[in-house]
Amino acid sequence: MRVLNKKAISRRSFLKSGTVTALGLTVMGPMVIGKNNAWSATFKTIGADDAATLIQMARDTYPHDFLADRFYAKVIEGVEAQAGKDKAFKSMVGKELKKINSAAKKKYKANYKDINRELERVDILKSNEKSPLFQKIRGDLVVGLYNNKEVWPKFGYEGESASKGGYMSRGFNDIDWL
Amino acid sequence: MAKFSKSDGDVVVIIGSGAGGGVLGMELAMKGIKTVILEAGGRHGPQDFVNDEWASFGQISWLDKRTTSGDWRVSRDFSGLPSWIVKAVGGSTLHWAGASLRFQPHEWKARTTYGNVKGADLLDWPIDAKEMAPWYARAENHMGTTGTNGIPRLPGNNNYKVFAAGAKKMGYKQFHTGNMSINSQPRDGRGACAQIGFCFQGCKSGAKWSSGYVSIPKGEATGKLECRSNSQVLKIEHDKSGKVDGVVYADKDGKIHKQRARIVCVAGNSIESPRLLLNSESNMFKNGMANSSGQVGRNYMRHMTASTYAIFEKPVYFYRGTTMAGIIQDESRHDTSRGFVGGYELETLALGLPFMAAFLDPGQWGREFSASMEGYDHMAGLWIVGEDMPQASNRVTLHKKIKDQHGMPVPNVNFSDHENDIKMRNHAWKQSTALYESVGATKTIQTPPYPSTHNLGTNRMSAKASDGVVNKYGQTWDIKNLFVSDGSQFTTGAAENPTLTIVALAMRQAKYIAKQMSSKAI
Ligand SMILES: Cc1cc2nc3c(=O)[nH]c(=O)nc-3n(C[C@H](O)[C@H](O)[C@H](O)COP(=O)(O)OP(=O)(O)OC[C@H]3O[C@@H](n4cnc5c(N)ncnc54)[C@H](O)[C@@H]3O)c2cc1C
Ligand code: SF4
Repeated sequence: MRVLNKKAISRRSFLKSGTVTALGLTVMGPMVIGKNNAWSATFKTIGADDAATLIQMARDTYPHDFLADRFYAKVIEGVEAQAGKDKAFKSMVGKELKKINSAAKKKYKANYKDINRELERVDILKSNEKSPLFQKIRGDLVVGLYNNKEVWPKFGYEGESASKGGYMSRGFNDIDWL
Repeated sequence: MAKFSKSDGDVVVIIGSGAGGGVLGMELAMKGIKTVILEAGGRHGPQDFVNDEWASFGQISWLDKRTTSGDWRVSRDFSGLPSWIVKAVGGSTLHWAGASLRFQPHEWKARTTYGNVKGADLLDWPIDAKEMAPWYARAENHMGTTGTNGIPRLPGNNNYKVFAAGAKKMGYKQFHTGNMSINSQPRDGRGACAQIGFCFQGCKSGAKWSSGYVSIPKGEATGKLECRSNSQVLKIEHDKSGKVDGVVYADKDGKIHKQRARIVCVAGNSIESPRLLLNSESNMFKNGMANSSGQVGRNYMRHMTASTYAIFEKPVYFYRGTTMAGIIQDESRHDTSRGFVGGYELETLALGLPFMAAFLDPGQWGREFSASMEGYDHMAGLWIVGEDMPQASNRVTLHKKIKDQHGMPVPNVNFSDHENDIKMRNHAWKQSTALYESVGATKTIQTPPYPSTHNLGTNRMSAKASDGVVNKYGQTWDIKNLFVSDGSQFTTGAAENPTLTIVALAMRQAKYIAKQMSSKAI
């Protein structure tokens, strides 16, 4: 059976993704950067702090531990872009984040993104499930996160196949464990 | 390629170029009849189809605004997208998977066979299996359906192998790689399937039959067919005597044109066809055209559908190869000991990662959902398609306020499941879950219906004028030179995927229209 290596990342695709997010990420890698100040260059309108909260929310919504923050950040860039164009939307984002943080502080004595346990953050998210901000992020993620060609290999999805001659001789019927 | 004048009142005008309209156009042209197909969408083909789910959705799907109501989950999960169909030359036969099944004989007579089912508006078709047999044969030959005409079946992919192993464990007997209108070997000037795996996105090799790049070019080659793309019909017009005499349409830039016609055939799929008839109201036809029965838009059917996905310890890569790669037919029988009337088919299905995220469990989030997605390459999957009960209150109506880009009221699709639909779905989920567990699934997911791909029944065929919109040839009861030529003619839905039947009906209708024209009856 032609089995794919889901952990292999080509250097080329890594560099390419670095350039679409913030400067500097390419060299340092996103995981090394602290949650608070990594995003100031990319998220000029909503600000690094709110961006970091949104990225944490995005991860908690569709948690994949093998995906770096930059894949979630890419979807939150859509929120940034809309906030830059639409004042009402921007203030909705700010207001909803305040609500989430105050609920987090009340119950778990910390801002949302600073709560350490995922279960507790998810508890806060659950009680905000109906909010327009959460719905917006969930909707953007479901079509954005999983439509990012760079995440496909990590899920074992090969994408486009016509140019490779389809799967006729590339394992369409090679299952060997049944 | 022909080009007809807009003032030519001798042409037959067909609205829509999908399974029904595209094939009707080809058949009429081959009989030497001047025909103009007006198609709302653009022209695409294997050369510009893309192996990318969302990009293809943006390229060829019908994205004009629609609204929904009723208790179906699609209305909650995808409120603006009741159906997933195509706006392009070829219609939904660009998206379609290729499964081509004949109705079972008893399904033509649902009212007689199932009896009086409470809350259902069952009716017998005014035609039967015997009458349709030669037309099915003609359709299978034209479409190159595997398992017919000596055409070998396709090889099974990994998804099929898991499915077939489970079928065997379950004791099922009738399973194979399907009757698919996909070339398993070169035929009709088209190559064999290369197991590319993006059948829903328009087949890049052209191995899959589509009216868009198979039937319509054959019609065009006769010099009698013009297929005018980017031409969205807004209204059908009639003369003083009540006969239709032309249509009004908008081109790509929204500019309005008028095409005169001797005969008009409506084939815009089961949401647009009734919408157009309802919108073609006039002083003479106050409730919309061909609607003296009040049946236009009613008994909207979408098949009882659902999916089951299963995750295994080892990889499957179910997306490799044909999207729909096999079928189990044992449950398609009518057997009320299961607690419902009618039956269902089980057909393998695979979605790409992007669509899987959107459809696996709409609205869900969190670790449980993510964990399922992480099992993507270890997944096998199937689609359930069964007969749903017609209900007069499931219907397409014109929205009272919202209008589309051309100022035409958008359609609202109201749908609620019948109790029989729910019982059948639960049975099918149970059987398919057991099937996958029998071959070692570690997790199974019962996925709710997608936006409707099978849209049927809003201009139903009937033996009596008071019961339906069209007679047994798809001719409207009210106006003799107005026809319905698509899936909206369906009296009841049967368990089978509908396209082979739509094509067979269109071929039969072409013969009738030609005869009526030559005898000057219309
Ligand atoms: C993803 C998917 C998979 C499917 N798989 C299968 C399968 O395996 N087997 C099967 O049997 N069926 C399948 N189907 C269903 C099949 O595609 C449809 O049943 C069939 O194409 C319907 O034929 P139709 O003529 O009624 O409408 P369509 O084929 O949808 O054609 C209607 C055409 O009319 C045009 N139109 C609409 N309104 C107007 C207007 N006002 N003016 C001008 N043009 C207009 C539309 O743009 C469209 O091109 C599938 C469908 C989808 C979406
Ligand atoms: S799998 Fe076959 S039918 Fe489907 S798109 Fe590929 S070549 Fe066409």
